[in-house]
Amino acid sequence: MKLTPNRSLQNHPLAGWSLAGPAIFLITLFLIVPFILAFTLSFTNQRLVSPNPTEWVGTRNFEQLLGVGTLVLEPEKDETGALIRDDKGELSYPRVREFTRNNAEYPQLSGKREWLSWNWGDSRVYVLASDVVFMKALGNTFLFVLFVAPIQAGIALLLAVLINQKLKGINIFRAIYFMPVVVSIVVVSLLWRFIYSGQSGLLNNMLGFLSFGAFKPVDWLGNPATALWSILAMSVWQGVGFHMVIWLSGLQTIPVSLYEAADIEGATPWQKFRYVTWPGLRNTAVLILIVITMQAFSLFSQIDVMTGGGPVDSTQTMVFQAVERGYGQQNIAGGSAISVILFLIVLTISMAQRYLTRERNR
Amino acid sequence: MSAVVSPNNGFKTALRYLLLIVVALIFVFPIVFMVVSSFKPAQQLLRDTASIAAFLPVGDLSFDNYAAAFRRAPVALFIFNSVFVTVVTVAGALFLCSMAAFSFAFLEFKGKEVVLAILIATLIVPFETIAIPMLMLVNNLPWIGASGVQFGWLNTYHVQIVPFLADALTIFLFVQYFRDLPRELIEAARLDGATWFQVYTRVIVPISGPVFATAAILKFLAMYNQYLWPLLVTQSEQFRPVMVGLQYFFQLNIAWGEVMAYLSIITLPVLIFYLVLQRAFISSIASTGIKG
Repeated sequence: MKLTPNRSLQNHPLAGWSLAGPAIFLITLFLIVPFILAFTLSFTNQRLVSPNPTEWVGTRNFEQLLGVGTLVLEPEKDETGALIRDDKGELSYPRVREFTRNNAEYPQLSGKREWLSWNWGDSRVYVLASDVVFMKALGNTFLFVLFVAPIQAGIALLLAVLINQKLKGINIFRAIYFMPVVVSIVVVSLLWRFIYSGQSGLLNNMLGFLSFGAFKPVDWLGNPATALWSILAMSVWQGVGFHMVIWLSGLQTIPVSLYEAADIEGATPWQKFRYVTWPGLRNTAVLILIVITMQAFSLFSQIDVMTGGGPVDSTQTMVFQAVERGYGQQNIAGGSAISVILFLIVLTISMAQRYLTRERNR
Repeated sequence: MSAVVSPNNGFKTALRYLLLIVVALIFVFPIVFMVVSSFKPAQQLLRDTASIAAFLPVGDLSFDNYAAAFRRAPVALFIFNSVFVTVVTVAGALFLCSMAAFSFAFLEFKGKEVVLAILIATLIVPFETIAIPMLMLVNNLPWIGASGVQFGWLNTYHVQIVPFLADALTIFLFVQYFRDLPRELIEAARLDGATWFQVYTRVIVPISGPVFATAAILKFLAMYNQYLWPLLVTQSEQFRPVMVGLQYFFQLNIAWGEVMAYLSIITLPVLIFYLVLQRAFISSIASTGIKG
């Protein structure tokens, strides 16, 4: 191999490895090893502290978490074959429990519980799950990500455009919009618990005041219909400044000459945004979407501080469930299995985001 | 970018400011409310939420809530723990990550490309997804302490520090900055007989103030605000940081005055720090967005 003088001057494997070594060692031990452990432990019955030896259990943890089955029940009929209706005219069905408990004809439904159900004509369709709470956590996590990603990215972009004006004192506004980012999400969560509370809650009072008393107070976190959305709104409030700053740095890489050209052509503000700003922000958009998605899948602190997964499991999330099992129940294997599922989802989504935006760039 | 506002456009300018101010209120009202409430007795705090007084330091103001917060929980200990863990981690991370980045940016060695590729890949693993297996890992790691070798890192300071001493994001921040430095500086020092470690400490570190500040701010925010990990690994209050200490305040009947006082105690230093250095804070976040 022929080396240029400059190259040989820098070719020092020993120095290279010894300077980078400590960091590489720590990242290997505390990131790559636990990552591999997650996959390994998820196929065992490992507990945090246990007198029994660890056993290999194959995919049992995953079946336990992800097992689902369907059951279609016909309405009950009397001897003549007529449908039985109760006093309110409702049809009655056999109890699901009869199919999921010790029923030799339905071994695949054994131990499962009702997750979802709906009517299909006269019959009733049940979706049963081995772990209904985990299924709710999975659903809530997806719901959260699906809404938080576009909402947070969108508002952050609006704010970035708003503070990208040449006005006196604009830096003060930039500083204020960013302020919640430096406050811990744990602090923010406990603070907003008061703001959201049903009695003498600040938000209810403010909405009442702004609507001249027309607004009826809501127990934001105590109501299954509003709890997750309240946490979502607060999360957007806290984190949006972070992404605003990233959008802003993207905006500032767009050459001013492009805007001047657009001005000469007589472009409207919307056209300038559509044909100059937005194309210049594609790479930033990918980055922001990936970061928000990853953060959103990691949803934990808000839940732990504000609702503990309730009411009625309406705010259960995957990380909350992983911690509940791995730490609360000391079931490291179960927690690891959730970690693996979570990681695979995050990986798939960030790959998809990268792939989709790459296609459009061409 | 957008047109400079001309003087005859006074009305439009006023509208713009109005919009900016309304949005600003949305971002500050909870924080103002928190600080103001921390000085009010519980009864008044609840009553004031019905009016604009919620955001004004009016009525019966005192430090009683602060005194009560200190009585309820070992607040001083929590603060010490947080500050200690944060300072040691930030200092250690700056040293280890900048040294590694120096090696990646200036030295050629076999396997470097593979290591860099793996580091980039680790960026998409959220910490939360490995927290549980990590708990298992640290519970089995040996540590040589005053009383000899002991297994199990739970309930210590080092379990809160060591895992965060190196991270890929910090390394990349440094690599990007170092790559733009003139190589002649290094070659000159090498020809003068400096070792690589000397080149790093005497040539590179002194001219890299800005990137050290950026990395320090990012690491500081991440460490001080950490919650999940210390929650898992600190069972005794002796080692708990402020965020986990918060649990003392969220019982069934929350004393909101004390809560607001505690939240203010643990947040105000950070907020003041931020307001003084806000340009540096904002540009540190911005630089995470400019990935090479």
